Amino acid sequence: MAVQALSTAAAANNPLTKATAQPLAGGTTLIDLMKLDVMRPAAIVDINSLARGWSAIEPASDGLRLGALAKMSNVAAHADIQRNYPVIADSLRLAASAQLRNMATLGGNVMQRTRCSYFRDISYENCNKRNPGSGCAAMDGVNRMHAVLGTSDQCIATYPGDFAQALIALDAAVEITGKAGTRSMPFAQLHKAPGSTPDIETALQPGELISAFSVPGRWPRSVYLKARDRQSYEFALSSAAVALDVQDGTIRDARVALGGVATVPWRAREAEALLKGQKFDDGLAQRVADAAFADAKGRQHNSFKIALGKRVVAHALQQAVTMEI
Amino acid sequence: MTAAAPEPKANMGQPVPRYDAAAKVTGRATYASDMPLDNPAYAFLVTSAIAKGRIDSFDLDDARSVRGVIDIVTHENAPKLKESKLFSNGGYAGTTIQPLKSVDIAHDGQIIAVVIAESYEAAREAANRVKVSYTAVAPSASFDSPGTTAAAAKGQNAQFKEDAEVGDFARAFDAAEVKLTASYDTPAQHHNPMELFTTSCAWMGDNLVIYEGSQYVYGLKNGVAEQLGIDADKVRVVNPYVGGGFGSRGSMTPRTAIIAGIAKRLNRPIKLVPTRDQGFTIATYRAETRHEIRLGAGRDGRLVALRHDGAEVSSRPDAYCVGGTKTTTRLYACPNVASLVSIVRADRNTPGFMRSPPEVPYLFALESAMDELAVKLNMDPVELRRINDTNVEPIGGKPYTSRSLMACFDEAAKAFGWSQRSPQPKSVSDGDWLIGYGCAATCYPTQMAPSAARVRLQRDGRTRVEIAGHEIGTGAYTVIAQTAAERLGVPLEKVAVFVGDSDLPPAPVAGGSNSTASTCSAVMMVCDQIRQRLFKAVMPSDSLADKAKETVGISQAPSTQAAKSDRPLDIEKAFDALGVGIVEEYGEWKPEGAPLDSFMAMHSGHARLVGGHQMKDKIAYAFGAEFVEVRVNRFTHEIRAPRLVGAFAAGRIMNPRTARSQLMGGLIWGMSSALLEATEIDQRNARYVNDNLADYLVPVNADVPGVEVILLSEQDDHINPAGVKGLGELANVGTNAAICNAIYHATGQRIRKLPVRLENIEA
Ligand SMILES: Cc1cc2nc3c(=O)[nH]c(=O)nc-3n(C[C@H](O)[C@H](O)[C@H](O)COP(=O)(O)OP(=O)(O)OC[C@H]3O[C@@H](n4cnc5c(N)ncnc54)[C@H](O)[C@@H]3O)c2cc1C
Ligand code: SF4
Repeated sequence: MAVQALSTAAAANNPLTKATAQPLAGGTTLIDLMKLDVMRPAAIVDINSLARGWSAIEPASDGLRLGALAKMSNVAAHADIQRNYPVIADSLRLAASAQLRNMATLGGNVMQRTRCSYFRDISYENCNKRNPGSGCAAMDGVNRMHAVLGTSDQCIATYPGDFAQALIALDAAVEITGKAGTRSMPFAQLHKAPGSTPDIETALQPGELISAFSVPGRWPRSVYLKARDRQSYEFALSSAAVALDVQDGTIRDARVALGGVATVPWRAREAEALLKGQKFDDGLAQRVADAAFADAKGRQHNSFKIALGKRVVAHALQQAVTMEI
Repeated sequence: MTAAAPEPKANMGQPVPRYDAAAKVTGRATYASDMPLDNPAYAFLVTSAIAKGRIDSFDLDDARSVRGVIDIVTHENAPKLKESKLFSNGGYAGTTIQPLKSVDIAHDGQIIAVVIAESYEAAREAANRVKVSYTAVAPSASFDSPGTTAAAAKGQNAQFKEDAEVGDFARAFDAAEVKLTASYDTPAQHHNPMELFTTSCAWMGDNLVIYEGSQYVYGLKNGVAEQLGIDADKVRVVNPYVGGGFGSRGSMTPRTAIIAGIAKRLNRPIKLVPTRDQGFTIATYRAETRHEIRLGAGRDGRLVALRHDGAEVSSRPDAYCVGGTKTTTRLYACPNVASLVSIVRADRNTPGFMRSPPEVPYLFALESAMDELAVKLNMDPVELRRINDTNVEPIGGKPYTSRSLMACFDEAAKAFGWSQRSPQPKSVSDGDWLIGYGCAATCYPTQMAPSAARVRLQRDGRTRVEIAGHEIGTGAYTVIAQTAAERLGVPLEKVAVFVGDSDLPPAPVAGGSNSTASTCSAVMMVCDQIRQRLFKAVMPSDSLADKAKETVGISQAPSTQAAKSDRPLDIEKAFDALGVGIVEEYGEWKPEGAPLDSFMAMHSGHARLVGGHQMKDKIAYAFGAEFVEVRVNRFTHEIRAPRLVGAFAAGRIMNPRTARSQLMGGLIWGMSSALLEATEIDQRNARYVNDNLADYLVPVNADVPGVEVILLSEQDDHINPAGVKGLGELANVGTNAAICNAIYHATGQRIRKLPVRLENIEA
């Protein structure tokens, strides 16, 4: 297997255009999955050589731009982000461990793959994501960590990341650089729900790299609430990214995204709609939470996530409404 | 949390820093896999993807094509090995399931092939390319699976001798004023020591050296020799440091003899490093258990009837049994007691010891039930224990050699602030968090086994202690060095300790918390032999010397390190009188009540542990009390345990620093076991699902902000010469129940199944 460093993402001889090549950023997902023999790239392309241009953290008055090679820890610790985008800072701060956050990049973070135990264990033949058409071992197996939203009869694997919920809530765009130059698309279109092709996880084409994320506006009234089995270094059982624009007690704009419960970064638009133009009270929080999980489907071990997720959403809203900004 | 070492109280040694502290924190400590080998080949295991059935065929072409592959060993070409009996049936093995013998598969993750290559990476790559065709049969995964068989433990496990019983339980329970019947469940758990289940085997001619983390180098040496069919004297096991054991390295696993056999055939050292997930199936684990407790009491809280029925899972061929009713039926005064332990056989790897094997699951049940009874009686749970406290165990009517249970409760309660607790559940909160306080008793039998030691003293005070004990992180080097320094009156810095090598005089398995008691008693005895020789050299008569050796201190540096005495014997003078340069003594110590064959057994790798409830006319246990604060989030139902306080009494504390560290680790593990740890079993195929440290959760620092250990002073002259009860397995026993009891106090919900997770808390 070849390992090479990339000097420019746009170059015509970009080795990444081969479907079997994988970019390497912090390596905290990729190397793990290679050791498990789940990912078997024919070549690895080290993109850290692009870090100088691709790791900037650029807050401006009308929005925020984050380079894809920025480290999770640096973004989480950035004062402007903590002030104007607490949902982003907290989604990163509450993720993984200090050591991982120091290694891991934003681009790698959004591209991290599911933690489904059956996906990560190649001794199981039946995983539609790993072996298309082979079935799904998790469906009737141990599925406590699995998704209740956005599932299909092919795959119920949870999208595990935290940061993506903040991005999708804030209407972020993702900037993609490839041979043909740079394009931009809504972050909400980056990840693909499993449907009948759980092996296709994102809209990236071979050779394309995420170069940056941009977030319009500022969201000082925003929170990331994460429920998990232990106090640190653990994925969400359920999380909510909530951002509100409240003026004189009336909610003018509201964003709600859910983590730990869905197959992809999940925006709860129906729930948001209920909030707009309203004054906040507990009853409203409850209706919003119900709406967010209206389509949820639980399985043997993960049904609790529906009730849990609702309480998390309601509590995150409560926190966002009452936070001092 | 304070970091300073605790001050010694009466009957405690000095809190000297760990003998191996610098080596460990600088990475210089050499673990088994760090040992240099001459031109080794690397092994990687292939393990089965089914739990029951047979291998139809292997396709090895792809694997063989990987550059650097030397050999692939399957049942078709494996070295022939002799069987080894289960340790509890007089053998050495933790399982009698011998892989690579036939096409049969008896459990998930059974070793089915070994790839040998020039590098670890090549071996792993090739192992991933081995293709196996199986015929799978539906396995029985656990208690409720079809196809399991259940039977009483008594009669199938030689070490399970009796279902403890006294009085007439049925009648007393019927007539009791207050009754409680409740069922409790504990999950399968895996030890997950940091050091993986590696082994390295190197032959020199007919002699084999095994570098492997082991809690019993003599057991492993003799067991591997038996399997290879060679003389045990030709096998040496070396492991100066062990990266955690917790019971997983107490008995022999099948991997070692296989690797040794292949190394012999290839005429090359082989190093095996299995993966974390392979560790879940190639070694032992704590199997899941179920309990039914029935308690009958008077309105005054006095127990009149107690029954404890336990059920445990084991493998098809092996009746491993934990059987903790021996403890739970003896902990409190109660005239009518009954118990029954049964074993349920499933298609699983054979379980084994895991830190405090019987007490962890069984005391969880009893101490939860005691709390439930206290609620029924409207009584403080500490007072319920006080009313039922006893100095005589009820089954055999034998006195406890010492018992500081209530003193521990009182000390820990004071430190914790228990008196401020309002007994009403759900009565305290702090913002989003419901707060609960809970407590439980903890205990662990005092056990000892025969041990030998060799001690060599030089004229300048330099001392060398050799004993095949084990440094599994407990502080063995440190307390052995302290014992010799104290006994011989030499400065601690002059004592060099050698453990972890089966060429040294035999010590027992580092299990059952017997190590400090056994090894230090042996070292004391051998130091006394040296003292006697020195005294004889300078005393006019033997009888005077005999008397003096009991009472008079000796000292190489009389002004500083003299043991209690008015006129210590000067070592240099004694050496001059003897006319020798070195005094060396070897000795074999055995505890009171040890069977006659125990020295022979000691040399052949069978540790005969005695103590606990098995002593002739007494019973010996260490005790403690644990108090916890839990917080349950109103919205997320997340459960945290920010404060753990334990008070413990365990006879002589050799070193308060290392003792506290053991107990602190125990409390943390107890919390982990209550809230985090469970091996998830896929019921369809009897396979472990979360077999890695990302999914098998253990606490991180943020989970344990406050852990307080209180050491009580206790002296017990009826157990062993060292006066030591052993405490490695004391602290993680009571925590499970203390946490569930605190969750009840916080939420009003009684949870009887571990681990407790947020989905178990109702709105
Ligand atoms: C034990 C553990 C716990 C964790 N807990 C959490 C948690 O609680 N919350 C959470 O959010 N995450 C968690 N993580 C995941 C961690 O955050 C990710 O592994 C990390 O963010 C990945 O970033 P990286 O730079 O190391 O990616 P890499 O491993 O380098 O790459 C990941 C994937 O993305 C691709 N890739 C990398 N960069 C780019 C790019 N610029 N464009 C296109 N593709 C790219 C790679 O080819 C690879 O497929 C945990 C991880 C571990 C191991
Ligand atoms: S849930 Fe998805 S990833 Fe997991 S086993 Fe099923 S198909 Fe594979």
